[in-house]
Amino acid sequence: MYLGRVVGTCVATQRSPGLEGIRLLVVEPVDNSGRVTGAPFVAVDTVSAGPGEMVFLVGAREASLALEQPFVPVDAAIVGLVDEVHMADGAKGFLRGRDDARGPQ
Amino acid sequence: MKVARVVGTLTATVHQSSYDGQTLLVCAPVDARGAVVGDVFVAVDRAQAGVGDTVLVNAEGGGARLVFGRKLTDPLAIQDVIVGVVDAYHEE
Repeated sequence: MYLGRVVGTCVATQRSPGLEGIRLLVVEPVDNSGRVTGAPFVAVDTVSAGPGEMVFLVGAREASLALEQPFVPVDAAIVGLVDEVHMADGAKGFLRGRDDARGPQ
Repeated sequence: MKVARVVGTLTATVHQSSYDGQTLLVCAPVDARGAVVGDVFVAVDRAQAGVGDTVLVNAEGGGARLVFGRKLTDPLAIQDVIVGVVDAYHEE
């Protein structure tokens, strides 16, 4: 599993069977401090994440296991909203409300 | 399996039901000298690991489902599971 930040939404009217009604969000991968570590991608949302929120995701086959129908063609799923990342060695962590840049609520 | 060091803890009150009651730790993959060799990732702790420990991580969902005593076909959305605490690790 890995950390990411929601940066947008994705609209797709024509979908593969099983993907109907599933929220698609644009996510960029981040490290423990929220620094971006890669290119943005699209993930399905299972926890009602919003723009700017730090989340954690599961990839590969397990992404579809997070959905109600477990045989759906997805390879990334948002499975948790991160409240806090506490780093033991004094490295920069993350705290919801202090470190997230959320969009309009 | 991956060798990693536990570098932090993660709190996520809102999560998918597979993660109910599980401890989430932030890990960094390391080499034999203990140097970080990749991006941090999140793992479920099943070996009572703590921050600073070098751990063994099963990084694939089929093994993860077995660790949780589930069938391979069960919908458990977990990939990385800490399955051991490493005492010693060397590369020749």
